[in-house]
Amino acid sequence: MKQKVLLLVLFAVLLIFPKVVNPYLLSVGTLILYLAYTGQAWNVMMGFAGQLSLGHSLYVGVGAYAAAAIFVHYGIGPWAGVWLAIAVCVAIGAAIGFLAFRFGISGVYFALLTIAFAEFTRIGFDHLNWTGGSGGLFLKVAQRDQIDLANFRGPPEMYYYSILILVFAALVLCNYLLKSKAGYYWQAIRENEEAAQALGINTFRWKMLAVVISSAMTAVSGVFFAFYYNNLFPEQIFHISRSIEIILAPIIGGVGTLFGPILGAVVLTVLSDSITELLAYFGWEIPGIKQVFYGIVLLLVIMFLPHGIWPPLARKLGLAK
Amino acid sequence: MPLDLVVNVTIAGVLTGMVYGLMALGLSVIFGVVRVVNFAHGEMMTIAMYAAVSLFAAFQLDPFLAAIPVAAGFFVLGYLLQAGLINPFITRPEHSQFMLMVAVAIIMVNGMLIAFGPDARNVQIAYQLESWEIGKILLDKPRVYAALMAAATSAALFLFFKLSLTGKAIRACADNHLGALVVGLNVKHLYALTFGLGAACVAVAGCMMILFLDVTPSLGPSYTLLAFIIVIVGGLGSLTGALLGGVLIGLSEALAGLFIQPSAKSMFCYGLLILVLLFRPQGLLGKKS
Repeated sequence: MKQKVLLLVLFAVLLIFPKVVNPYLLSVGTLILYLAYTGQAWNVMMGFAGQLSLGHSLYVGVGAYAAAAIFVHYGIGPWAGVWLAIAVCVAIGAAIGFLAFRFGISGVYFALLTIAFAEFTRIGFDHLNWTGGSGGLFLKVAQRDQIDLANFRGPPEMYYYSILILVFAALVLCNYLLKSKAGYYWQAIRENEEAAQALGINTFRWKMLAVVISSAMTAVSGVFFAFYYNNLFPEQIFHISRSIEIILAPIIGGVGTLFGPILGAVVLTVLSDSITELLAYFGWEIPGIKQVFYGIVLLLVIMFLPHGIWPPLARKLGLAK
Repeated sequence: MPLDLVVNVTIAGVLTGMVYGLMALGLSVIFGVVRVVNFAHGEMMTIAMYAAVSLFAAFQLDPFLAAIPVAAGFFVLGYLLQAGLINPFITRPEHSQFMLMVAVAIIMVNGMLIAFGPDARNVQIAYQLESWEIGKILLDKPRVYAALMAAATSAALFLFFKLSLTGKAIRACADNHLGALVVGLNVKHLYALTFGLGAACVAVAGCMMILFLDVTPSLGPSYTLLAFIIVIVGGLGSLTGALLGGVLIGLSEALAGLFIQPSAKSMFCYGLLILVLLFRPQGLLGKKS
């Protein structure tokens, strides 16, 4: 009950947020929601099923490029493009998952395999002329004053509300998944794969399902990325630092929890922006100093809150079951 | 394509590969014993490169001599890093260890950005461009010295693990953590020692790399990935495997740069990594677990 009231309050605040803030804060809010959604997608694979992917930028990038390329070349809008993005990403995810799980690759080796595929794709896109190669792919900048829903072009609020809907949908989906049969099987696999297998769980099939769902969800965030930022460079979108950015929010917030990715995205973005503000206030604007502080805070959180911020917070608020 | 060009590029690739091998050896030793993947490995090498640059700027110290104090400093830093930060994470899940090393890497990269600025630095030694000519074959002096230094450092590490009592104790920890605890080995101290040794390897490699490569603060991540590729190809935890992998990658990078587009050369490396992971995940020389 308490949980539901809090959730309603949270979404009411998020709904009126664009009406009361300036454009800068609106873009920060959009970024937070983007990170929350993408982190939720990653969480399905790692947090639920225990498969550590360090190459999720692959799905963001391929999803973004798939939808953007058919938009730029053939004028096909994102409502069709998103399905292409999902189809391609699911195919890639299923292929990687199939190879990895068939050959019994897990743990660190699986993580490195996902990095290898992401980096391989990055260099591939650098040399793919159809999508502009390393020079980048650019979408025509949107008319910011009118909403063109068919082509997903419009003012910043439109992007804010659409990513908010995605975050909410992902939350509902993940809540359902966790309580479904798949959710329990995944958690069994995450905790002890051999034991799960001994109980008769077809671990291969359920791990595949986790990869497929996660890559499909991440593909959608790639499409959002493409139409929100309007420019794509392989060097940026596939880079390992992008994958790290994706997984920071759920890890800081709490791996495997529903609210961890959202809370983590809020904490990290607010932290990063307030460090910038504080340093500007004290006049310490040396390049790199902000990231050093960011790194130190990250280090402290991971040292002292091994399960992330959400689980202890939920206990404090009396929300834990 | 003239044959002597191919031969010269091959030799340069193998010699650079020896230095790559030493760098990866550090990663392999740390993973093989401590079972933590050092995601800040390339960043550590970058710091060693800056240390060599600074020593050269301040005292005109040749990087081959600078390697000794830099390695000693890295040994101490590595020991402290393991003892202070990483040891408590030994029993934590992999993503937790990964985040820890990512945080360390972020601090390292940006610490260097603050200290040295974003511009590329290098070292100009007197014999930088000297070479030996044997017929049409050219041997760059710095490359040959660097490869010899890498071979000597690796040999010293091998002998340490093979012959010394401490080396044997570290191997015991790697083989059986619980068993090592039971017979009363100070595992945490040995882990820290191992991390120190791995750091010293990467320090020597960094001092050699500065002869072929300009250093910038953002160089780290790509060399972390390169070190991974090498140790996976050679076999995580296998010492000879790391050296072999280094030579293989150095060679294939050089030849790929010659025969296909230079910018596509690392795609070849990642392709190789994917194949090895799928068909021989224990690496070319690794033992099956």
